[in-house]
Amino acid sequence: MLETIIKRERDFGTPPSDSTELVRVTIDGTEIDVPAGSSVMRAAAEAGINIPKLCATDSLDAFGSCRLCLVQIEGRRGYPASCTTPVEAGMVVWTETPKLHELRRNVMELYISDHPLDCLTCPANGDCELQDMAGVVGLRNVRYGFDGANHLADQTDDSNPYFSYDPSKCIVCSRCVRACDEVQGTFALTITGRGFDSRITAGQNDSFLESDCVSCGACVQACPTSTLMEKTVIEQGQAEHSVITTCAYCGVGCAFKAEMKGQQVVRMVPWKDGKANRGHSCVKGRFAWGYATHEDRILKPMIRGDISEPWREVSWEEAIAYAASEIKRIQAKYGRDSVGGITSSRCTNEETYLVQKLVRAAFGTNNVDTCARVCHSPTGYGLKTTLGESAGTQTFDSVMHTDVVIVMGANPSAAHPVFASRLKRRLRQGAKLIVIDPRQIELVESPHIKADYHLPVRPGTNTALLTAMAHVIAIEGLIDEAFVAERCETAAFEQWRDFVSRPENSPEATESETGVPAEQVRGAARLFATQGNGSIYYGLGVTEHSQGSTTVMAIANLAMATGNLGREGVGVNPLRGQNNVQGSCDMGSFPHELPGYRHISDDTVRTQFEQAWGVELQPEPGLRIPNMFDAALSGSFKGLYCQGEDIVQSDPNTQHVAKALMSMECIIVQDIFLNETAKYAHVFLPGSSFLEKDGTFTNAERRISRVRQVMAPLAGKADWQATCDLSNALGYPMHYRHPSEIMDEIARLTPTFAGVSFKKIDELGGSVQWPCNERAPDGTPIMHVDEFVRGKGRFMITQYVPSDERSTRKYPLLLTTGRILSQYNVGAQTRRTPNLLWHDEDLLEIHPQDAEDRGIRQGDMVALQSRSGETVLRADVTERVQPGVVYTTFHFPESGANVVTTDATDWATDCPEYKVTAVQARRVTEPSPWQAKWSRFSDMQLSLLAARERGDAGLAAKPAGQADPGSRKAAPVPVGASSQSVPVPAEAGAAGIAAVAATASAATDVGREGSPAECPAPVLNAQD
Amino acid sequence: MARIFVPKDTTAIAVGADAVAQAIANEAQARGADVQLVRNGSRGLLWLETLVEVETPAGRIAYGPVEAADVPGLFDAGWLSGASHALCHGPTEDIPYLKNQERLTFARVGVIDPLSLDDYAMHGGFQGLRKALSMEPSAIVDEVVESGLRGRGGAAFPTGIKWKTVLSTGDVQKYIVCNADEGDSGTFSDRMLMEGDPYALIEGMAIAGLAVGANYGYIYVRSEYPFAIAALEAAIGLARRAGWLGADIQGSGRGFDLEVRRAAGAYICGEETSLLESLEGKRALVRAKPPLPAIQGLFGRPTVINNVISLASVPIILSKGAAYYRDYGMGRSRGTLPFQLAGNLKHGGLVEKAFGLSLRELLYDFGGGSASGRPLRAVQVGGPLGAYLPESQWDVPLDYEAYIGISAMLGHGGLVAFDDTVDMAKMASYAMEFCAIESCGKCTPCRIGAVRGVEVIEKIRRNQAREQQVDLLRDLCDTMLSGSLCALGGMTPYPVLSALDHFPEDFGLESANAGQNAAANAPIA
Repeated sequence: MLETIIKRERDFGTPPSDSTELVRVTIDGTEIDVPAGSSVMRAAAEAGINIPKLCATDSLDAFGSCRLCLVQIEGRRGYPASCTTPVEAGMVVWTETPKLHELRRNVMELYISDHPLDCLTCPANGDCELQDMAGVVGLRNVRYGFDGANHLADQTDDSNPYFSYDPSKCIVCSRCVRACDEVQGTFALTITGRGFDSRITAGQNDSFLESDCVSCGACVQACPTSTLMEKTVIEQGQAEHSVITTCAYCGVGCAFKAEMKGQQVVRMVPWKDGKANRGHSCVKGRFAWGYATHEDRILKPMIRGDISEPWREVSWEEAIAYAASEIKRIQAKYGRDSVGGITSSRCTNEETYLVQKLVRAAFGTNNVDTCARVCHSPTGYGLKTTLGESAGTQTFDSVMHTDVVIVMGANPSAAHPVFASRLKRRLRQGAKLIVIDPRQIELVESPHIKADYHLPVRPGTNTALLTAMAHVIAIEGLIDEAFVAERCETAAFEQWRDFVSRPENSPEATESETGVPAEQVRGAARLFATQGNGSIYYGLGVTEHSQGSTTVMAIANLAMATGNLGREGVGVNPLRGQNNVQGSCDMGSFPHELPGYRHISDDTVRTQFEQAWGVELQPEPGLRIPNMFDAALSGSFKGLYCQGEDIVQSDPNTQHVAKALMSMECIIVQDIFLNETAKYAHVFLPGSSFLEKDGTFTNAERRISRVRQVMAPLAGKADWQATCDLSNALGYPMHYRHPSEIMDEIARLTPTFAGVSFKKIDELGGSVQWPCNERAPDGTPIMHVDEFVRGKGRFMITQYVPSDERSTRKYPLLLTTGRILSQYNVGAQTRRTPNLLWHDEDLLEIHPQDAEDRGIRQGDMVALQSRSGETVLRADVTERVQPGVVYTTFHFPESGANVVTTDATDWATDCPEYKVTAVQARRVTEPSPWQAKWSRFSDMQLSLLAARERGDAGLAAKPAGQADPGSRKAAPVPVGASSQSVPVPAEAGAAGIAAVAATASAATDVGREGSPAECPAPVLNAQD
Repeated sequence: MARIFVPKDTTAIAVGADAVAQAIANEAQARGADVQLVRNGSRGLLWLETLVEVETPAGRIAYGPVEAADVPGLFDAGWLSGASHALCHGPTEDIPYLKNQERLTFARVGVIDPLSLDDYAMHGGFQGLRKALSMEPSAIVDEVVESGLRGRGGAAFPTGIKWKTVLSTGDVQKYIVCNADEGDSGTFSDRMLMEGDPYALIEGMAIAGLAVGANYGYIYVRSEYPFAIAALEAAIGLARRAGWLGADIQGSGRGFDLEVRRAAGAYICGEETSLLESLEGKRALVRAKPPLPAIQGLFGRPTVINNVISLASVPIILSKGAAYYRDYGMGRSRGTLPFQLAGNLKHGGLVEKAFGLSLRELLYDFGGGSASGRPLRAVQVGGPLGAYLPESQWDVPLDYEAYIGISAMLGHGGLVAFDDTVDMAKMASYAMEFCAIESCGKCTPCRIGAVRGVEVIEKIRRNQAREQQVDLLRDLCDTMLSGSLCALGGMTPYPVLSALDHFPEDFGLESANAGQNAAANAPIA
């Protein structure tokens, strides 16, 4: 069983050799065949012989510094280090001899002569390789004494919020430095001084926090002592058991070992055998998990009749009954299609599947959509149309076989850091790089990496640029004719070739539109078509455009035309934003598709589901998210069940969304925090974090990985259980004993998942890439190998149609948005962690030229105005953006980035055009009117939360602002206002009144600590 | 017109050669004498620097040590015609110190104007390269193998074999790297050659490039050698202009070019793998071998990395044939070695001789015994990692294998002599201290061991649990010998153990006592 792995994983000392040639060696009398190029140390480990070591670990290249792993080899002089000595045929090795024993003990004696003897009080006690090795070599005394030179007085660097660096414990094995270089690729660490003075240093004698360190944790992971140690371990001690699970942040889907003490997480450690991450991690997954038990978590169901009322804590039964009655009431009054649901890319496949099933079977409507609508829906459409399957074609491992990479509209080092590290590793090995992005992302130039081409495309012109590249490839005879002839539809290809070959699609003709010099486009196209294995990685900078689907098809065209599909090292690779974007799409979350991307109007498919679910399903597609808002405003859509998604903060044109929500009668939000959407909700169902439930996530490489419960749901129910309860209350029975049964149902109904089960996933080592069925019982790492899923690949015409959103005299700048490393999406999770230290507000990046034109200096407050709205951000004047383009992130609700974005959408999928908004910027001195209103509304909602009627009268209310280190701008609870205005619901009864009284007095106490605040304006006025 | 040679060598400049040259020019002008000053390299008779030579029909007449104040008197005495003077030593070539040498590699050093291509060619320069241009690469390699030339940097690895390995690799890009980070105490032959005959090194590297298929080279020069760097850079420029470097050497269609890189300023940078790291712009940490630099060297490419003297000995091997060179020397130590005499000696300097003479000959016949006039007691041969030899070992022939037999090494050919006032326990401590200061810090035995070594020796000297500490010191030496990653930690025990074994009384020990474990701890070379 994967859950019961030993605490310390087996370390083979040096990385595996990829040679297929076997070499026979004899180690301590045991003959073993190992791949050529293996180290003696690794060969011994394969034979079950553990040679003592300190500087060697199998995630890093051999280094040979500690000198503990010395061995004797017959016919060779001296004592070679087994880690740096490759095996040779016929080699006879002895790993334990009296001489080796003496040497190792004497080396260890030297180590310990400069090491504190505080094992019993050391944080690494029980998990220290130095301690282990001292035991293994039998060190019994240190003849040098302890009066010599030493580093015992060296001071600890505690600057990083997650780990400390205690140089007095350092044995200078360089594992941290090498991990930073080889695994992470940041090169933030070095060794300063030499000889005995050699010390690990971050940056140029900076503290860890001030240095270039990105807190990926690779160094901490690599450290064999307590020198680099997680603060949680220092505080809590060593874990006593561990559980393998999957990270809930980005679409890389890293496998982690949750190291536990009872129900408490001690630390999250990237799992070495995780196939997506191969033992690596980023700051978010590795360290920023504290939000899961943050005191802002809402752990009791709540309801209220109106959003101007305070919340009332109720039992699960009452909350579910109330929600069901409201759905029924609304449907009775406004019709069946007046309600709908939104699934989340952050929840498990099983949960997502259940929500769409709930909507289709229990609500009886197809009004279900997913947040993937607003990110990767064009990927689904574009790839399905051209290749036949709505998913990326490769494994992450595939990048290690690529020769030339296009990274387009993605910033992997910020948004997919673990993949970025793999990519950088390959680039350092010599692969070529083409970056297509309006902004100079880190990959363009970073330590030991320089893009061969950076094409700074003007936002909104991706299609024109890719078509121009295709033009070069077609005109210059660089098409892989054999591949195209064998694998693609001939007629469509010929049409496409004629189309791209037209003079108006040449780089020269489109230069004025794209802003990219023609020669650069030509160079990049030639490089991509001629360098060998070509792969394309792209992100939301491709999809979130009014031409998102066209650009995805242009990417597929490019890959087909150059023969870069169907094998290792090539392919089309959408980098998914959230952990389960792929899965939420796979699970039938779209209004027009049942699980497995099958159209709802297909009678055969629908009948199959009708039979399995025992209900009649609507044959027509339901509402998409933007349609839901429009329908709400026009009065036909009144009820919404929204699980794990914050539509108010993440969807474009915030004011439009807020108005839509306010016009609805029942909004049921299921989340772990009172997010922006929940401020408009009537029913709040406390969600469970990924640590609290079983299920699966599907990452960007179609890898279905197990999520395993490491602690009981804090609110008493996992999300899937709440969905079942709601369904049952609505009269449609859902009875599952465990999420594995949900997956079994998915497998029965979905051909691409036919072979998937929790048992199967465990058997395959923790994950499987779909399709997994009779044809591919162990899953499908690479898609479209012999033929495309749709048979022949289909080239699509990619006519460039400019976005409506263009820079004008009134709005001369183009705003594009993105992410930064330390924060994630709407920030609900990362803002509740010390990641705030790196990024505590969203900034507006603006080119020095544009800034100067407007008298804007670094740090100034800048109003950003579009035709949708206006918000104010502080300026970061930088050349990362090109003139005419400004950039920001959307991690903080008060930033209001989406107040500015418009409701323009992709022509095919309605994916919002987040990446292009025409704006004007000007220097101001105070926040925008919207921000002032937001602030008042938010404060009021927090006070309504703080004033909530407690289900448990013994608990004092928590102050709203204090509990949350992230909500710096949260106002204190208004004194008097809340206690006086709290209406006592009729059904609350005596206990409820007592609770209100208690709440009021608690609120008053809090009020004394903060400054008095005005009574908030009525909410409806605040938002008009 | 009289030609007067005033060395421009660092050693000569250090004792005032520039002032002497200026004084000669001034004096000649004042007297209306027609004098041409040539700034040559040093002859290596360092106690005579500034050694001024005047060209006469009877050959070059030596005057030294000349100071600026001596110049008018020398003119007065008629030195322009080779007249006698208190500072006159007669014809330079007849000075026994020079006359008794066998100068192959240093044949031109001190004789020619280092930057004169004409001088160089007139004295046999470029003949080796010309010959190499007409040969197949493997034939060049064979010639070097045949000559028996071994690495003069200290490791004594057969140069031709190293070249053969590089030649046999298939890579399109290979490099020649010259290790000119001469950092051993008491050594200066690399510097003298680079300053006195830079074309010899350039020619040797070009031949190496032709031999192994490398088209580019680097000379990694100790940063404390500014004159050597200047001489090399000037010489490279001139050689390139004359078509001896570049894409098409002398119209042969074969190319080689090179550049000088200033070293990073640490002893360890002279260790070949550290040097490669440093050349790549990284911290000079020792690399584990394998892979050998010959297979994966600079920037991961096959690389010949040789010492200055090894490479500068190649032209004569090519021009005169392997046999000519091989005929010098003894056993497996073929050819000559430029010994460098330093420390407490009357006549310090450079003595190029075939292998096989004794240390005693060097110390007395050339060195003239101690400078202090007191009896010599110990000699460290081969730099700071070489053993201290007591008088009982001074008759062992200077031969790589014979020295290994007595747990000593020839190294780079430097020797530092001490008289009977030396405290050998202090010297042992110094050996450890040197290792501690210069350790790159990568491997544990060297990084921590050297510091502990100093501390243990100090305890011995203070008679603090002396017997146990001596055992500990021997254990430590064994750990460093057997466990270190490179020669710095691995050979530091040589001077320490030799001091302990041969001079136990300096450690406060009875001789029998100290020597008891010596045999068990004999180094494995």
